Amino acid sequence: MTTLLDVRDLRVTYRAPGGDVPAVRGVDLTVEAGGTLGLAGESGSGKSTVALALLRLLPGTAHTTGEILLEGEDVLTMRWGRLRAVRWVGAAVVFQGALHALNPVRRVGDQIAEPMLIHRTVAPGRVRDRVAELLERVGLPASRAGDHPHRLSGGQRQRVMIAMALACEPRLIIADEATTALDVMIQAQVLELLGGLTSEQGIGMIMISHDLSVLAAHCDRLAVMYAGRVVEQGPATEVVRDPAHPYASALSSAFPRIGDPASRLAPRGLPGEPPDPAAPPPGCVFRPRCVSAQDVCAAVDPPLYPVAPDSDGRSPRHAACVHVGPVRPGPERKELP
Amino acid sequence: MSAPTGRGSRPDPGPERATTPVPAPPRPTALAWRRRRAALAAFARSYARHRAGLVGLAVLLAISVLALAAPLFVDEAGLSITRAPGDPYEPPSWRHPLGTDNFGRSVLDLVVWGARVSLTVGFLATFVSVALGTVIGITAGHFASSGGLAGRAVSTVLMRITDWFLVLPTLVLAVALAAVLPRGVGTIVLAIGLTVWPPTARLVRAQTLAVEARPYVERARALGGGHAHVMVWHVLPNVTPVVLAQTTLLVATSIIAESTLSFLGMGDPATVSWGGVLEAARNAGAISAGIWWYMIPPGLAIAVVALSFTLCGRAVESVLNPRLREAR
Repeated sequence: MTTLLDVRDLRVTYRAPGGDVPAVRGVDLTVEAGGTLGLAGESGSGKSTVALALLRLLPGTAHTTGEILLEGEDVLTMRWGRLRAVRWVGAAVVFQGALHALNPVRRVGDQIAEPMLIHRTVAPGRVRDRVAELLERVGLPASRAGDHPHRLSGGQRQRVMIAMALACEPRLIIADEATTALDVMIQAQVLELLGGLTSEQGIGMIMISHDLSVLAAHCDRLAVMYAGRVVEQGPATEVVRDPAHPYASALSSAFPRIGDPASRLAPRGLPGEPPDPAAPPPGCVFRPRCVSAQDVCAAVDPPLYPVAPDSDGRSPRHAACVHVGPVRPGPERKELP
Repeated sequence: MSAPTGRGSRPDPGPERATTPVPAPPRPTALAWRRRRAALAAFARSYARHRAGLVGLAVLLAISVLALAAPLFVDEAGLSITRAPGDPYEPPSWRHPLGTDNFGRSVLDLVVWGARVSLTVGFLATFVSVALGTVIGITAGHFASSGGLAGRAVSTVLMRITDWFLVLPTLVLAVALAAVLPRGVGTIVLAIGLTVWPPTARLVRAQTLAVEARPYVERARALGGGHAHVMVWHVLPNVTPVVLAQTTLLVATSIIAESTLSFLGMGDPATVSWGGVLEAARNAGAISAGIWWYMIPPGLAIAVVALSFTLCGRAVESVLNPRLREAR
């Protein structure tokens, strides 16, 4: 497996009239070719900002630092022309809300053809055939190419967006809440389609959602974000089944588990609000809402510690919590709810 | 770094794609023409559902044919003051259905001949001002929302120029331009075109800002589209219905402006236009003398043409806008 995307210490700060607002505060992510990374977190945790930063799509008020290595090339230092060439060919985005991401006055076939015409990846005479091929690949009849977006259903529009994302055969697909607006049946179909396409073609994928159960089922690895930082990351099933960070555990227990009467009888939410990004609390940012917060949490802003490390101190999972780290080792966290 | 180790399962796009057996249509051009004909037929069918639009179109067609065919049945020599066919101020009769003017020229001939100039000037001036207003409006709107610092500066400068033209009284500016430039139809076109564009620019800019805020513009940027691509591909088609409505109103406005300028004596005295005929009628004292057949026909012609353009424009707008069309 080659590393497709390597994000190192990504920081995004929005310049607002009232002062700087840090939305992303030092995020490290890697995506392997053919691998799927899930990015979870509640609204305002910075997951969409990360997604947009990957292709430098943030507005001019955002200040981005760090490194975004897409196939070894830093997106942040790219020249404008090179950046435009990388967009969609290197990494394509499946936007949330396909109704709004499609131009209402253009036929969907023309819109699927749009990136191919911009990047000239297909000869102009072949574009029509290629559009038909893409539509069939996402399970739509080729004849729908002549329709305007308002004549398609929500699921069909999302399929059109996926066909568009595949048009230039990108190495990486960023699915930003791609299925959030769809009902569960269509959601399952679309996710299955996306998963199938990525695995059979070796495309890397970043799947952004606040729905942990969806991410657990469709991703290899999972990163949970809170207040602009990754608080836990590791293999998806482990993070969901046995979360190490109190926030990840709250997020995972917020979804009732089928076949587990305990979770159905006592569904747990998370009281409180996420912190104001302009004025985060000192120490661990999750401390005000954390059920297992202690005095040390106010003093230390914990980095990502390996969870249950082997003898070399390595682990596939990391969590940013003092209960995981060397200050208070393993057994303590068993007492967490 | 781009070694395809991890994407071994991916088909090589180059030769594979070229050899894919595609049932190629026998003649692509024939196919394209068939498609165009079908699109045109669909447009005609949708348009035919608007009765007001049909009436407007019929009137415009009749007037256009009349204007184009005028040399066939109007003797241009008869429009000369020195070789007028009748006596001054003849009331309507079989020989001169709309009577004659103070020189003895047939008013019907004058009105028919005047349509040529009035329509030409109306169309050309509208084209000039709509083109100017659309280009300035889209540029200002696009760079205001997605340009950098330099882009926003360009946008601001463009809009201040627009404001400057907007606060100047249109008629005064047009009269000043017409007075400075050499006399002729081209001058009138330019004078009108350069003065009536600011409202279009403001309108288009506002619409552009609304379109630029939509997610599909962000999507277009994400897939590598540049400024020109976003402006031409996404903003222009979404602004077109507004521009079209504005165009129909502007053709009417331009024809009235042309008449006004001619009425004020800024027109070319050697050409016959509706405004020019009205001016001549006023100079000849037709109102006080009760020579109604000299005043009413050119005035009515202006009103009918302006109304027809508005009716047509509304119909075309609702046909071209897919959402308006489906709502019916």
